[in-house]
Amino acid sequence: MVGELTWRKRLLGLWLPLVGFLVVALFPFTWMAATSLKTNAELYDPKAMPLSIRHPSLVHYIDLLKETNFLLWVANTMLVAVIATGISLLLGSMLAYPLARMRFRGAALLAITVAITYLIPQTLLFVPMADLIGRMKLGNTLTAVMLTYPTLLVPFIAWLLMGYFKTVPKELEEQAMIDGASRWRAMTRIILPLCLPGFLSAGIFAFTLSQNEFLYALLFLSKSSVRTVPIGVVGELIRGDAFYWGQLMAGALLGSIPVALIYSFFVKYYVAGLTAGAVKG
Amino acid sequence: MSKVLEASRAGALAAPARRPIRFGRLGAFMERESVFSWLMLTPPLLFLLAFLGYPFIYGVYLSFFHKEVARAASFVGFGNFVKLYDDPIFWQAVRNTIIFTGVATILKASGGLGMALVMNQSFKMKSFARAMLLLPFIVPTVLSTVAWQWILDPGMGLFNRLLMVSGLAERGPSWLGTPTMAMISIIMVNTWRGLPFFGISILAGLQTIPVDLHESATIDGAGTWGRFRYVTLPSLLPVIFIVTTFSIVITFFDFQLVYVLTGGGPANSTHLMATYAYSLSMGAGQMGLGSAVALSMVPVLGLLLVLLTFFVRKD
Repeated sequence: MVGELTWRKRLLGLWLPLVGFLVVALFPFTWMAATSLKTNAELYDPKAMPLSIRHPSLVHYIDLLKETNFLLWVANTMLVAVIATGISLLLGSMLAYPLARMRFRGAALLAITVAITYLIPQTLLFVPMADLIGRMKLGNTLTAVMLTYPTLLVPFIAWLLMGYFKTVPKELEEQAMIDGASRWRAMTRIILPLCLPGFLSAGIFAFTLSQNEFLYALLFLSKSSVRTVPIGVVGELIRGDAFYWGQLMAGALLGSIPVALIYSFFVKYYVAGLTAGAVKG
Repeated sequence: MSKVLEASRAGALAAPARRPIRFGRLGAFMERESVFSWLMLTPPLLFLLAFLGYPFIYGVYLSFFHKEVARAASFVGFGNFVKLYDDPIFWQAVRNTIIFTGVATILKASGGLGMALVMNQSFKMKSFARAMLLLPFIVPTVLSTVAWQWILDPGMGLFNRLLMVSGLAERGPSWLGTPTMAMISIIMVNTWRGLPFFGISILAGLQTIPVDLHESATIDGAGTWGRFRYVTLPSLLPVIFIVTTFSIVITFFDFQLVYVLTGGGPANSTHLMATYAYSLSMGAGQMGLGSAVALSMVPVLGLLLVLLTFFVRKD
């Protein structure tokens, strides 16, 4: 009796809703994969079952790699993401370290300013930013996005790292300085290495955000050879005719795989970064 | 703790012998907390000033000018805002933005709470399930939105094909073709993408609730609902509040989803303020007018920021 009751409770309270959430979250990816692996004849056959594949084919992938600059876009995206993440981690930690561990005038005001800049959306800035990049003659260069992505990332990274920097006891630093280390040495040799998980969280978050970014890429990168994956797929794979969905889904899937792969290795750090703001407050 | 001890030992070893080094006069000056701090702070602050502060102020400036791409600007005072006041598409965009943000946020918050409560039970492969559930949030939005465009395709898309195959409807609706359906569709896709963010954040909040709170509530005679109502929900409110505020900011200023899915159409019926600002400034070349649209969003942002700081202070 009791066993049956808890079994029923588990089914209704856990397994059914869990499967529901999983199906909703994942079916678009299944549809992407199914579409990309069908030939056009099967894809546009109204009688075929939409989610099954009768004759799997890689023709859309081959076309994608042969006819477009897709691999170049992947390389651009990676390069931009790595450099933007690097710049953001450097600047973000330079901002966070004094704010978290030092006493100086204006610290409180500065901390609030950082929190506010964290919430300033791109939407408010893109018109003047487009003008600024144009005047700096950086249009159609990867430098344009490498310089502008950190503006989206630095405030967030600083905020996240401040939380980690605060957890290291001040005595450690004082002890090192009594032993003769300079402030700089105490920071680079003792405090920063202890905050490695924080850097991983911030880094993985910044990396996925840079790969995701769309608006600045849309504004600054109009030449095919400098495009990133999101803007390349939307700008060049969507053509007027009806028979492009196979290639488009192949591009969307291939473009998602690097992010998903990196994310799957660091999922713990990603979740820590995602929830840090809300839970630690 | 052992890690900390190890590190302090390593630090002691790294310092050459146990005697204080005499820094030069410049060195001693650099060791002062305020000097060290400002030396570190200056480069990132200059960067943020140049690429965040300056564009923001320049945007405010632009909104008071009639400025077309590659032309000189001429001062028009509040002219741009007056023009917007008489522009029905602008008000449509304002209405859409409020509806889009409001409905999507309610759906994401309630769905996310449900997801968190389901995920807060112990079962096999839990971390795998969590990773899968977060996928919609981490995959580049534009790419998943393109997939959604194909799912919602009126002729060959997945939804209408399934409706046809199952015999539920002879012809499915035109998901992106009529104003009402298009609004429903963009809200649906935004909810699909953002729900995991709520789910995982609230789950993290759930895990911080001490078990003995639930135990004592049970001893006091609280049932499942009672425990949820009087223990779980009150402890979760701070997390839900902060996540909701973040999500409102992000949703209110959303651009890429609508840009890709409907382009603001059909007939400007799904424009959000962000896509309308883009289409005015980049499509029609009206930089001043576009800036004015973007700037009209600031009061909302300001209100949210005040709420957030008030709440964090109170905490």
